[in-house]
Amino acid sequence: MSAARSWGPARGRSPVPPFGAFLEANRAAVYRFLTVAVGPADADDCFQETFLSALRAYPRLTDGSKLDRWVLTIASRKAIDHHRARGRRAVPVDEVPEPRATSRAAALPEPTDTRDAVWEAVRSLPPRQRVAVVHRHVLDRPYAEIAELMGCSEATARANVYQGTKRLRELIA
Amino acid sequence: MTSTDLNLKRLAPAVEADRRARTAADRLAEAAAAHDLLDVAVTRLDSPIGELFVAVTPRGLACVAFEDEDRDEVMARLARELSPRILEHAAATDTVRRELDEYFAGERRRFDVRLDRRLIHGIARDVLAATARVPFGRTTTYGELAGKIGNPKAARAVGNALGSNPIPIVVPCHRVLRSGGALGGYAGGPDRKERLLRLEGVLAV
Repeated sequence: MSAARSWGPARGRSPVPPFGAFLEANRAAVYRFLTVAVGPADADDCFQETFLSALRAYPRLTDGSKLDRWVLTIASRKAIDHHRARGRRAVPVDEVPEPRATSRAAALPEPTDTRDAVWEAVRSLPPRQRVAVVHRHVLDRPYAEIAELMGCSEATARANVYQGTKRLRELIA
Repeated sequence: MTSTDLNLKRLAPAVEADRRARTAADRLAEAAAAHDLLDVAVTRLDSPIGELFVAVTPRGLACVAFEDEDRDEVMARLARELSPRILEHAAATDTVRRELDEYFAGERRRFDVRLDRRLIHGIARDVLAATARVPFGRTTTYGELAGKIGNPKAARAVGNALGSNPIPIVVPCHRVLRSGGALGGYAGGPDRKERLLRLEGVLAV
């Protein structure tokens, strides 16, 4: 008959935190990744798909460590699949806008202004290169981790980042 | 050349991405519920006895917690005993919100919301089932309740079971008093117990 609730002994165990806490801890990184990897217009849809996939698998997880990597692995897959799905229904574009080198330094374009030359360049990358480049240059992930996220060797991850970065520079220069 | 030359980060500025992520995350619960992937919906409700934290599952209301209880601890318990698929989702708790609002406004004397009793274990099942039958505006004692569950000497065990009530207010453990007339303990503290008993007209306003 205590003055406050006494829940009694703890029962069962959960190796993972409540999903809401997991979502809160990882939503920003996932959204940032997807914004660049699939573009602002599709980031929302991919975000929902990523976390719904995570939610579907969540009760079966046996290890609550490295959940940040786990969800970025899912997001990487979604980004690559998304790109392929788009590729299948993509309509070729006649002309690519010219880089607007003059004004960029003075007035940064809106982040959602996807006509920007850098966006064009990012969009033109093959999906695996693009995903690797975003992990490296937007989220600052080490190569070993990028390899893990993308299910490839570290050498392949490095090669993807290198080739993607090289191509971006050629396109933007 | 370094990565700063490319400056891809400016394509998704952290503050903007964070804001959009928050909005997208808020919408996730809706999609999760639509896909039957939301096992526990939680939300905060305002009430005259302070903010309440409620957890609802597809089976019904599973938990009501008071604002001074450790939210993380309650969430951890829900994750362990029900499911870790827990998200804030106000829409799923609409029925509970409405019934509690009506109760606190003096317009409801009985709750109709379905209950999920999976957080109730052992002897507490019998004790809280008997407690649920004590009507609005009436009280009973630990000893009487012990008699009702067929174990008249178990007043202390009854007290413990009431103290573990995961669904206070709706399962009215505040209607159980000490035999001498003293209020006794309460999951939300004695002040809240007193407020609820005044609301029900048991104690003079």
